[in-house]
Amino acid sequence: MIVAVIALGLLAGASGLLLGFAAIRFKVEGDPMVEQIDAVLPQTQCGQCGYAGCRPYAEAIAAGEADINRCPPGGQNGIAALAELLGRDPKPLDPESGIEKPKMAAVIDEQSCIGCTLCIQACPVDAIVGAAKHMHTVIARECTGCELCLAPCPVDCIHMIPFAPSITTWKWTYPAVEVKAAA
Amino acid sequence: MRFKTVTSPHILQQNSVGQVMRRVLYAMVPGIAALVWFFGWGVLINLALATVVALGAEAVMLSIRGKPLALHLGDYSAVVTAWLLAVALPPLAPWWLTMIGVLAAIVVAKHLYGGLGYNPFNPAMIGYVVLLISFPREMSAWLIPHGIGQPHALSLLDSLQIIFGGAGSLPVDALTGATPLDVLRTRLGLGQTVTDIRNSPVFGVVAGQGWEWATAGFLAGGLWLVYTRTAAWQIPAGLLGGLVVMSTTFYLIDPQHYAPPWFHIWSGAVIFGAFFIATDPVTASTTPRGRLIYGAGIGILIYIIRGFGGYPDGVAFSVLLMNIAAPTLDLYTRPRVFGEKQL
Amino acid sequence: MSALFPFHGGLKTVRHKTESNQTPIQAGILPPRLTVPLRQHIGAIAKPLVQPGDRVLKGQMIGQPDGYISAAIHAPTSGVVSAVDQQPVPHPSGLSDLCVTIESDGEDRWIDREPVDYHRLHPSELRQTIRNAGVVGLGGAGFPSAVKLNLAGRSEPLATLMLNGAECEPWITCDDRLMRERAAEIVAGLQIMAHLLGPAEVLIGIEDDKPEAIAAMTAACAGTSYEVRPVPTRYPSGSVKQLVKLLTGRETPVDGLPVDVGVQCFNVATAYTVYRAIHCGEPVISRVVTVTGQVHRPGNLEVLIGTPFAELIKQCGGYRDGVERLIMGGPMMGFALHSDEAPVTKAANCLLAAGPAELAAELPVLPCIRCGACMDVCPANLLPQQLYWHARAKEFDQARDCHLFSCIECGCCSHVCPSHIPLVQYYRYAKNEIWAQEKEKQRAEQARQRHQARMERLEREKQEREAKLRQKAPVRTEVVPHLDPLISVPSPTKGEGSGQVG
Repeated sequence: MIVAVIALGLLAGASGLLLGFAAIRFKVEGDPMVEQIDAVLPQTQCGQCGYAGCRPYAEAIAAGEADINRCPPGGQNGIAALAELLGRDPKPLDPESGIEKPKMAAVIDEQSCIGCTLCIQACPVDAIVGAAKHMHTVIARECTGCELCLAPCPVDCIHMIPFAPSITTWKWTYPAVEVKAAA
Repeated sequence: MRFKTVTSPHILQQNSVGQVMRRVLYAMVPGIAALVWFFGWGVLINLALATVVALGAEAVMLSIRGKPLALHLGDYSAVVTAWLLAVALPPLAPWWLTMIGVLAAIVVAKHLYGGLGYNPFNPAMIGYVVLLISFPREMSAWLIPHGIGQPHALSLLDSLQIIFGGAGSLPVDALTGATPLDVLRTRLGLGQTVTDIRNSPVFGVVAGQGWEWATAGFLAGGLWLVYTRTAAWQIPAGLLGGLVVMSTTFYLIDPQHYAPPWFHIWSGAVIFGAFFIATDPVTASTTPRGRLIYGAGIGILIYIIRGFGGYPDGVAFSVLLMNIAAPTLDLYTRPRVFGEKQL
Repeated sequence: MSALFPFHGGLKTVRHKTESNQTPIQAGILPPRLTVPLRQHIGAIAKPLVQPGDRVLKGQMIGQPDGYISAAIHAPTSGVVSAVDQQPVPHPSGLSDLCVTIESDGEDRWIDREPVDYHRLHPSELRQTIRNAGVVGLGGAGFPSAVKLNLAGRSEPLATLMLNGAECEPWITCDDRLMRERAAEIVAGLQIMAHLLGPAEVLIGIEDDKPEAIAAMTAACAGTSYEVRPVPTRYPSGSVKQLVKLLTGRETPVDGLPVDVGVQCFNVATAYTVYRAIHCGEPVISRVVTVTGQVHRPGNLEVLIGTPFAELIKQCGGYRDGVERLIMGGPMMGFALHSDEAPVTKAANCLLAAGPAELAAELPVLPCIRCGACMDVCPANLLPQQLYWHARAKEFDQARDCHLFSCIECGCCSHVCPSHIPLVQYYRYAKNEIWAQEKEKQRAEQARQRHQARMERLEREKQEREAKLRQKAPVRTEVVPHLDPLISVPSPTKGEGSGQVG
């Protein structure tokens, strides 16, 4: 009886020490969860999720305040990646935040632009160049397609243009034969 | 001028799943011929019955799952399953026994797991094990082979009557007896030595009378399968190797209580299992080293079940146990990729 | 003969070489209009140097290399540029790309061609000459050769310079004919390459089903230390990494290049164009193309880059009945063209008009039975079945862990699959998706950084403004007007910020 108590006590003590050591030795700095979630988000900074940008949304997810299905640019693949990261079940995109669209870039109709700079102020990634009373233009390479510049434009001269398929962006498709055979 | 665009390669070898499966069927013919010679019409009736039931079950399952019938029936996989199971059944097994076995194999083990290519367990062996566990008495009623004691002269009609109508007036009990492995197991349990037991009339030159010729037939067919690369050589090699290592070790320790390695190899379903059952690609490991380990695992398990387990033979259980291990084996036995550093 | 080091897997395929290799190379006719794509190589697209309306001479540079990994493009004949725009190019997508269209004036007048004595040139000048001649790998990949001829930055000297004359794909015979007829020129080009690279040995690998080519090349190599090594006819021995293994026993590392194991390998036709560039002063404006399959007179044509494929077919007597697919390249790795209006490019080694006799019937796809036949033929020693399961399930991380990127897309696995699964397409799909995802990730990271920079800038501006206000009204700090930076009027600092970005 005494032996058993002592043995168990020793065992518990040893385990406790080991756990304590592990907690110190493998301590994780900061909140890696927010970083990891932020890395999965598409960084369009569009705010369709209801937060001021991708990072605030990541913080909200990490804090358990926001669901994972509120990011239309990330789409179903993005939700799947978040679900995988957080060990949850994927769910369909919340229609409240928007619908999944093909990737697009903003283009300014340079004839109509009056040079008001409102779009420059709206762009979350500084992808629009220009100065007051001068024509603005979008750096297509940097545009995330967030559409935040559309609303402020007083003359409605900004349009979203889908990326045209080209040889450099063309992809081999998922073989369709299999689908037919399985049907 | 516009053209059809299809992905490369544009030329394909003329082979098919159906061809692979048909080769397995051809390779079984010599062994089946020997079985028919020694055990009579019952073997053929079993085969025919199993084939019909298997094709019927396959057709029903395919149409339930909405798959094209002609395409999938033409792959012969159901026939292979049916034959593998039928060969393993006692020659005068009642019709319902064969039917239950085939249905368990095709409906449960194959189609409920996703059909051809997706089943984790060997369907024929699932069918066999279901029968072995549920109907042990019927499954152990093997015919005494032709040539021991009185040659049995069961006509086709008699065989049909036994299989479909029950024994009736025919002296079936007199015709059936224990299999050689049964005899070995029971008598070892009674304390007899291996040498004494091997003198019993049920044993032939190497293993069981009659059975040893069927084994030779299956070996010939199996070697042809390996030669044509229809079956992977690593699996039978690993299986026989594992069994030989185990049986030799124990035989050298005590030859009076443990049967010699050649007896083990030539008895029961070992050769048939090594070349026809374990080599089912769908449920085996797919890497070269994985196949060797997979085979060796089966060989070792067969010896353990025979020597220390509750059943006289253990091919079916061993195969099913190693089926579970196949995905893990695949994962850990990946070959070195071209240009990869030596691991 | 020296020992060979066989690679794993591979296939004995049908050959079909005699259909086209019995007749000498014919000169192609001069078509009225040539469409010259500005992207015929790996790397950045060439910058157009001409505008519609410009007159060009044969051999004049019309596209300038844009960056280190890029290649020059030249006018294949003299005439007038009619357009610089998007035109269909030979590509599996059937999409268009930037092309220069030239209306031929029929005179075929050359620029001043200046042969150079390469012994007198500094290596960098010699490389520049080769680069300006638009020399790229003509085996099909189209990698700029000048880049491969530069060993700067490598500490060890090159062990082996290798010439690839294996031509392992069925049907193709352009390299075979070139070696038979122009062996001396090929060796002369090889000498220039050896001069630049200074290798310890020079090997020429040719599949042993081309005895005439082997004999011609051996004769041309007489008096040099170059060695012709026949290799067994086994597809894909012409794949670079496999040929390097075959001849030297050295395995190119998974993520590396042959040069990492001291081997640099060029196609025989590339060596020929190096010879033309240096000894004749002629840039790459033509190439030998095998036209075979369901045409009336199969053979090899030396045609101008930019010639529509339809012209080649016409010159070979036109289509026979039942052509279903027009394949550029061989039947194992080539792709099906959408239309025969696309032009010949530097990478176009073969045009195969395929009918039912050449093609396998389209067979229904069955589930994988894990038979491992693909594994037995894979020259990269991969497990194609596992790659397939992962690619099919879109598990790209696992596919990559199974060395998806070691796959050379040779097609052996699809060729032998009893279930007729389009395995190669699955791998291409998975590779493309992984690349796209990676690009997407880079873009996202860039956007994140730009967003962060913007937020920091706005914060800085706000503080600066507050500091300024404090300076102006140091007493009344409690009534600082609220200024939202997002709707502030553009300030000079803001303009600067945007300017930096632009």
